[in-house]
Amino acid sequence: MIAEEAVSYPGARRPDRSRFVDASGVRIAVYEWGDESARPLFLAHGGFDFAGTFDVFAPLLAEAGWRVVSFDHRGHGDSEHPALYSWDADVRDARAVLDSVSHKPMPMIGHSKGGALLTQLIEAHPHRASAFVNIDGLPGKRRHPDVADHERTRLVAAELAHWLDHRRRSAKKERKPGTIDELARRRGRMNPRLSLPWLRYLVPIGARRFPDGWRWKIDPSLRFGGFGPWRPDWSLERLPGFPVPLVGVVGLVQEEMGWGTHPDKIRPYLPPGARVEAFADAGHFVHIEKPREVADLALRFFESVGA
Amino acid sequence: MLPPTLLTHAKVRLALHKLRSGTGRALLLLHGLGERSPAEPPQVLNAWPGPIVALDFTGHGASSIPAGGGYTAEVLMGDADAALAHLGHATLVGRGLGAYVALLLAGARPEGVRGAVLCDGPGLAGGGARPGSPQIVAPDRAAVPPPDPFALAELARDVRPPEYATAFVRQAAVLSGLPRPITICALERAAWLRAVAEEPGVEESTIPEALALYASVR
Repeated sequence: MIAEEAVSYPGARRPDRSRFVDASGVRIAVYEWGDESARPLFLAHGGFDFAGTFDVFAPLLAEAGWRVVSFDHRGHGDSEHPALYSWDADVRDARAVLDSVSHKPMPMIGHSKGGALLTQLIEAHPHRASAFVNIDGLPGKRRHPDVADHERTRLVAAELAHWLDHRRRSAKKERKPGTIDELARRRGRMNPRLSLPWLRYLVPIGARRFPDGWRWKIDPSLRFGGFGPWRPDWSLERLPGFPVPLVGVVGLVQEEMGWGTHPDKIRPYLPPGARVEAFADAGHFVHIEKPREVADLALRFFESVGA
Repeated sequence: MLPPTLLTHAKVRLALHKLRSGTGRALLLLHGLGERSPAEPPQVLNAWPGPIVALDFTGHGASSIPAGGGYTAEVLMGDADAALAHLGHATLVGRGLGAYVALLLAGARPEGVRGAVLCDGPGLAGGGARPGSPQIVAPDRAAVPPPDPFALAELARDVRPPEYATAFVRQAAVLSGLPRPITICALERAAWLRAVAEEPGVEESTIPEALALYASVR
């Protein structure tokens, strides 16, 4: 899993260790930063990302004395491309990785889809978490753009047919090849606030080199958007009962990947003691735009609740 | 029984069984949760003039069993759509889970699906109208597939909101050109099916009556 053509980025550090976990027959790639004997901290990336996007953020947590463990979701990064994808399967995979670390409660941080996955994991297994930082993955009333096939109810005939047409073609689909620069710019269209040097850094980690160029590793059968029966307000209704200390982090600059969660809208649903920290000058990828600030915020919070 | 035709849906190989030949549009049978395609056409379908074919869903019968689960009714709709792509047009008869999938496909492919007949069978209700308490679904590890124990565990609890189901009915009603794109022959009334029964373009009848109607439409 070592990149064959490394691109450097200030402050970025590849994981100290990597391994695979067998999640009911699906190979899930797991990464760790920091001393193996340190207290574990669990970290989950967002949809269409991979654990390597934590290469600046995770080392900051590790330097503070944590064993930071993250993983690539099924179909993402170096994890296996399985035949099927679902919300329940993602939560189950996350639990399999967690089981490989410790059965004792540990602090957790999730971004976007990873925040929502860990929310559900913690609601199902409150005894596995000691505290939770949710970075722009708090439930809202809006649909979530990086959660394919999950939180959509808008049924438009053309959209359904388009999804089925994609399924019909997906056996033969592959990602478009390109240079490091081309892949970085392509990703930049969905992540417009992230710098080109950072996006270039991600390419040799999240993409694989073929004779005709680099291709993102993510399963080409995965597709942005989608539909399904889930309604986001079901998750929102459960938030007041969230079982462990919680801090939400949001960037107030709206962008395409963003979940559009505004602190004022979420506050009435927060459980006692929970709070939302808003960054006025950041977008959806708050922990990438402001790694030091978000890491310090999380570290202080975990310390304050004895996590 | 002839060897099935093998279809590809993403990374899954699906078995489509030809149960009987005939002239005209095919009748596509979609089995219930945990079932597989029947070896012979059920007698109640005898009056259908066209060929009768039956699909094994992912993780069932002679179709492939993927590792690690991840089943949704929507992906099974994709299975049924792979069969529809092979057949061109079809009238659907679904049992239980297959009835719900038939409804979804009737709404999503209103031109290809010439009538959907929803019958009783395993997995009709799914997980109900609203989600229960969050849980991490684990399959029966001692089970011997097929069917895939992940399919049994996951598709017995997928949420089927009535307003979601009726959105598919409305699309079928508006876009199929059929006066009655959906026929309910099931007696069990899951929440989604109760709501579907109230929609324009949906009527209750017997299977032979529904087949006679759909055999007559273009």
